Amino acid sequence: MRKLILAISALALAGTAAFADPIADRKALMKANGKAAGALSAIVKGEQPFDAAAVLAALTTLSENASKIDVAALFPAGSDKGDTTASPKIWENTADFQARVDKLKTDTAAAVAAPPADVDSLKATLGTIGNNCGGCHENFRIKKG
Amino acid sequence: MASIGKLAGAVVALAGVGAVAAWFLSAPVRLDAGAVAALGTGDAKRGERIFWAGGCTSCHARPKSEGPARLELAGGLELKTPFGIFVAPNISSDPQDGIGSWSAEDLANAMMRGVSPRGSHYYPAFPYTSYARMKPADIGDLHAFMKTLPAVEGKAAGHRLGFPFNIRRGLGFWKRLYLTAEPVLALPEGTPEEALAGQYLVEGPGHCGECHTPRQFTGGLKKDQWLAGAVAAEGDGIVPNITGGEGGIDTWSAGDIASFLETGFTPDFDSVGGAMVAVQRNMAQLPAADREAIAAYLKAIPPHPNGYPPPKPEEPKG
Repeated sequence: MRKLILAISALALAGTAAFADPIADRKALMKANGKAAGALSAIVKGEQPFDAAAVLAALTTLSENASKIDVAALFPAGSDKGDTTASPKIWENTADFQARVDKLKTDTAAAVAAPPADVDSLKATLGTIGNNCGGCHENFRIKKG
Repeated sequence: MASIGKLAGAVVALAGVGAVAAWFLSAPVRLDAGAVAALGTGDAKRGERIFWAGGCTSCHARPKSEGPARLELAGGLELKTPFGIFVAPNISSDPQDGIGSWSAEDLANAMMRGVSPRGSHYYPAFPYTSYARMKPADIGDLHAFMKTLPAVEGKAAGHRLGFPFNIRRGLGFWKRLYLTAEPVLALPEGTPEEALAGQYLVEGPGHCGECHTPRQFTGGLKKDQWLAGAVAAEGDGIVPNITGGEGGIDTWSAGDIASFLETGFTPDFDSVGGAMVAVQRNMAQLPAADREAIAAYLKAIPPHPNGYPPPKPEEPKG
């Protein structure tokens, strides 16, 4: 009996660790996306030389992060409350939100499948991916200061 | 009795004078002949730049338009404000439902004086308080460019406003308080040409202050907190402080600002959001020199702390 209770507690604890804080999880994901976008932007701006391996690595990060966005797990109902800038519109218009997540997955996967070969094509790729950022933040994020 | 009669007569006469004065003070005021002459003949190519700087399409395209549809200015976007719901009208080149029959002078009176061709006041949800600072020749060019855009049939719905805001004539008094063609800031002698060019774009066509500056309860801008950020007048949340003051963008270089306007990425690689997404898309269409000018101006303006209150502390969980 004691063992069972321990086992259940351990399981519950593990569950909590994985799903306790979707707000923190999605923030970490967005931060990582920002870092990857920043690495690409530095190349577009000419601050860093074009490095095909680094470009592919950053694009892969963006694509993998996009595939981790499970709307139900990362944006559970009620998670517009707390230290978050998520807009209630995510839950009022989940279909549109999901469609935008899917588009980010498609666009980033396409970039990984056919990575840009020079700065000009990277600029175009970053533009396409960047439209996803603004497109979603336009309606689904609230600036709180 | 006679004296009471005289008094009553005097009161009536005074009320009459007051009413006449009010009528004159609230009357729409059109542009003078000098400004009309300065409109010029209009150059559509130059006008395209003014179109993007002015952000016409952000409000007047159908909501959620992308790509070429942003040039179809059918109207319909709703601005939900404390004064009521404003609906952006059709300003396409359709002669019946849009503004295709307007002369350049009509457009200039609308944009710089908030007066319709028939002589009634527009609501300042249409940011003529900023456009008033524009050069007439730019409006002439804009008029020529807008003629080249598609005609779209169908009128947008009317505004839905409660009393007293539904009485347009009253805006004449409001304009006397808040409508001026003077620059907002008196920049010091020796301010570089680039920052002055930016001042024109920001304070005039760009109408940045309309969202980024806090307002009084009357709807007038608090110009002593110019661009300090504000509680969003429309929609949710806040509009950021874009001065160098506390909470603002002091850490952004001029290059960071210009780059943000071009790409939509902040220096720490957050992305543009909210109503600024549409604005940034417009800014990306401008010549690079214009974005650099805007950045130079924003680096030159007085710093202010945030013009909006700090977020409320989170309620304890549990």
